[in-house]
Amino acid sequence: MSDRIKQVVMPKWGLSMREGKVTKWIVKLGDKVSVGDELLEVETEKIASAVEAGDAGIVRRILGEVDTVYPVKTLLAILADEDVPDSEIDAFLSTYVPPVAEEGEEEVSAYQNVTLPVGEIRYAKYGDGAKTLIFIHGFGGDLDNWLFNTSGLADQFTIYAIDLPGHGRSVKAFKDPSLKGMADVVLSFMDELNIDHANLIGHSLGGAISMKTAIAAPKRVSSVTVFGSAGLGADINMDYINGFISAESRREIKPFLEQLFFDSSLVGRQMIDDILKYKRLDGVPEALRTLADTVFKGGTQAQTLADAFKATGIPLLAIHGKDDHIIPASHTDVVKGFAKVELFADTGHMSQMEKSKEANALIAAHAK
Amino acid sequence: MARNLSMKDAINEAIDLEMTRDPSVILMGEDIAGGSGGQGEMDAWGGPLGVTKGLWGKHKERVMDTPLSESAFIGAAIGAAACGMRPIAELMFLDFMGVCFDQIFNQAAKFKYMFGGKAETPVVIRGMVGAGFRAAAQHSQMLTPLFTHIPGLKVICPSNAYDAKGLLIQSIRDNDPVIFCEHKNLYASMADVPAEAYTIPFGEAAIPREGKSATIVAYGLMVHRALEAAETLAKEKIDVEVVDLRSLSPIDMDTVIESVEKTGRLVAVDEANPRCSIAADVIASATEHAFKALKAAPIAITAPHTPVPFSAALEDLYIPSAARIADAVRKQVK
Amino acid sequence: MSNNPFPLPKEKLLEAYTKMKTIREFEERLHIEFAKGDIPGFVHLYAGEEASGTGIMMHLEDKDRIASTHRGHGHCIAKGVEVEGMMAEIYGKATGSCRGKGGSMHIADLSKGMMGANGILGAGAPLICGAGLAAKFRGDGGVGITFFGDGASNQGTVLESMNLAAIWNLPVIFVVENNGYAESTSIDYALAVDSYIDRAAGFGIPGVTVDGTDFFAVYEAAGEIIKRAREGGGPAFLECKMVRFFGHFEGDAQTYRAKGENEENRANKDCLKIFRSKVTKAGVISDADLNKIDDQVLARIEASVQKAKRDPLPTQKDLLTDVYVRY
Repeated sequence: MSDRIKQVVMPKWGLSMREGKVTKWIVKLGDKVSVGDELLEVETEKIASAVEAGDAGIVRRILGEVDTVYPVKTLLAILADEDVPDSEIDAFLSTYVPPVAEEGEEEVSAYQNVTLPVGEIRYAKYGDGAKTLIFIHGFGGDLDNWLFNTSGLADQFTIYAIDLPGHGRSVKAFKDPSLKGMADVVLSFMDELNIDHANLIGHSLGGAISMKTAIAAPKRVSSVTVFGSAGLGADINMDYINGFISAESRREIKPFLEQLFFDSSLVGRQMIDDILKYKRLDGVPEALRTLADTVFKGGTQAQTLADAFKATGIPLLAIHGKDDHIIPASHTDVVKGFAKVELFADTGHMSQMEKSKEANALIAAHAK
Repeated sequence: MARNLSMKDAINEAIDLEMTRDPSVILMGEDIAGGSGGQGEMDAWGGPLGVTKGLWGKHKERVMDTPLSESAFIGAAIGAAACGMRPIAELMFLDFMGVCFDQIFNQAAKFKYMFGGKAETPVVIRGMVGAGFRAAAQHSQMLTPLFTHIPGLKVICPSNAYDAKGLLIQSIRDNDPVIFCEHKNLYASMADVPAEAYTIPFGEAAIPREGKSATIVAYGLMVHRALEAAETLAKEKIDVEVVDLRSLSPIDMDTVIESVEKTGRLVAVDEANPRCSIAADVIASATEHAFKALKAAPIAITAPHTPVPFSAALEDLYIPSAARIADAVRKQVK
Repeated sequence: MSNNPFPLPKEKLLEAYTKMKTIREFEERLHIEFAKGDIPGFVHLYAGEEASGTGIMMHLEDKDRIASTHRGHGHCIAKGVEVEGMMAEIYGKATGSCRGKGGSMHIADLSKGMMGANGILGAGAPLICGAGLAAKFRGDGGVGITFFGDGASNQGTVLESMNLAAIWNLPVIFVVENNGYAESTSIDYALAVDSYIDRAAGFGIPGVTVDGTDFFAVYEAAGEIIKRAREGGGPAFLECKMVRFFGHFEGDAQTYRAKGENEENRANKDCLKIFRSKVTKAGVISDADLNKIDDQVLARIEASVQKAKRDPLPTQKDLLTDVYVRY
């Protein structure tokens, strides 16, 4: 293959993505693009997002048709500089062999289980960079909440994403459903995997757990990045929490999930189905209830951590969607004095997903 | 932890988990262990296709081989259910319903209503349905419309291993009588199935493929034919949505109607015979409730009004094919 | 009254008489009321057969289950179902034991172990095998009794159930209430064997035949086989030979009967008369005691009819409820 011909392929966002649908071309034939420019929009079963240019060049061929589903790695467009003749591109295309779909090898190896004192914990590991990131999801979430971040950062870092107890495919019982108990789980995970220190990245309740972990073992935490974090103020949208726990059907849960995003159309069928698959496991609604009754006791957040965290001196990056309906963005005010605060416009509670490109750049810059 | 599991193994696991969890769950049927009373091995068969293999070893006297006596043991399962047990009775081929239907449609289905609400009959009657096994007219039928017609019964027909496990556990825990239809040609189909117990509520259709230009409604094996047709049509730029009913009674007409309101076109696929079929029911309901959204007349793709033939040459014509389904959509889109 | 030759103490004898008399008066009254046209549908009356149901049910507790027939009023009353609810049910009222949704042929009360009268002949036999199986798993010593007539005795369900109960050694009693007629067809026509004992033997089940017009004969035979079943001895078959005072259903002209048959039955095969005669002759109970019960029973039946007539009909909302536990 000529390195003068750059391929744009169907991306693989997260482990479970096998195909995606081209919904819109943002660029047209002949456009000149730079690295990072948005080329087209792709919708997966989980979420819709833009595909960015990995190379610079002129859009010479558009192969992916709108409203068509393509397997991951399918060639969607060709970028090349002006001086590359059409004949060379045609020659490339005539001999182009589509990549054979990998039969899930990567998926099997990335998801792993580890037995901790609390029980079996599932995690995923990607990349082998010098710095280590540990991603901790929020209430009712799982490690796939980070799919745009882990896929975007895996080439720079060693990344772990865990399913907390009561979540994802981890054990459905808690030893201690408090922030302290969850922080103990994170530390025991680090012990078991011989991770001496790491950068913690937490979303929502996972943000509070990250801070709590740092407070409990400051030497082992290099930095903390939180998205839409709990643990900074008293408010918590209990309608969402209670609705999420009690909803049994797609119809019931959809309006609650839509509260998570600025653009509620991001809540796709697959996202709903995946959450219901989790919620329907024996013990999950009870586990979520126990957790909520502990960390959001009486309808407010049981602990605020700003002062205790400040005392650790660990660098904190607090990112929050301005339109977060679960935990208000104003909660970040209490850390302004010592932390870097980034508020994303037109962004809801799932800021790490909704603005993954910006989020990844900030995470990368903040990690120690 | 999810593993790739066959539908057959998923069904076995669902029964095993529930028998372990709840001592009132019992399993009975012809040859479900196999070997009872003989000189050779016990659990020799584990069901004619091995679906219940190994359960006798784990649950012993709660796994009961029965004589070839469907009226007696299906009735006994129903009677035991009315007395506080949660029996799972396997009817092997649901075609055998003919000899014991009274116990199901006149007894189990009606107890609650006839007795003014004072009876509960938490029984599951499961067995094989469907053609494609060269098993001929008395071992291949899709009798789902017959069961669905009866008030008091719930009727389930999963299309994949994940749904089969969750729907079967729900069936066992459910307090109403459930007819659980297992398509014999799906036993080997694989899906990611969590090891834990989980339930899927009845009356919620799945949407295994989203699309904008036509809706194909199907259940059981036909979901796979519908998806195959959708794949073909996608290459022709026809963006098809596939609705998997999975629960036929209760039925999730809301999801069907929502989909038809979006796409304006409906093809209902049913492996059953055409008259009074699930397909006919779906089309009638959708026409009544989403008439204004329809851009073309709905089409039913079903088996013909014949018994299931034996010869492969005929049986393959009998079962609705992906090509027939795709043609129906093309006709509507034109 | 020191010498009681009967297997039951006096208060139990009074209880048995009360049950039998209640059944009789319930049915006699329905016979009258049905003819007036106030009762919808059709009813099958148990009058004449009281000693069978009562003689057996005197051995049972609530944990024991029975499966009854289309002619089920007597079984219900003997098993403890409230007369008032039954009467209201037969009138199709919302206060009926089945809220007006079952009627005469579907009266049930599972809390009393009454698994239902049944409009399908022979359908109770498989169900009671299930009840026996449940009792066996629970290990509570409960038994199941299925009643069927000489007509339904030829149903495959009954025969299959006898085999199933035998191979699983279930605590189940098969009771044929042989009143000589399957609807209008004589047992001499419809039964191939001479004796039910022979038929039971064909399934490896012990059988016994008793005079079903004699409460004490039924009581003693039933006691033995029920005890055996409770102790794990397995199923048994009991034939109660008896007479039906009325037709198959109300309105049946009964032209299939011999001349004078009904009069003969009323005169010489009336289980209530036979009972009264035995207990008074033995000096255990006085006529006055029994007459007092008669008055109480008649008053209760009268009140239940008046109440049933006054009670409200079910309404449209009742049409759609009770189909499923959750749908």
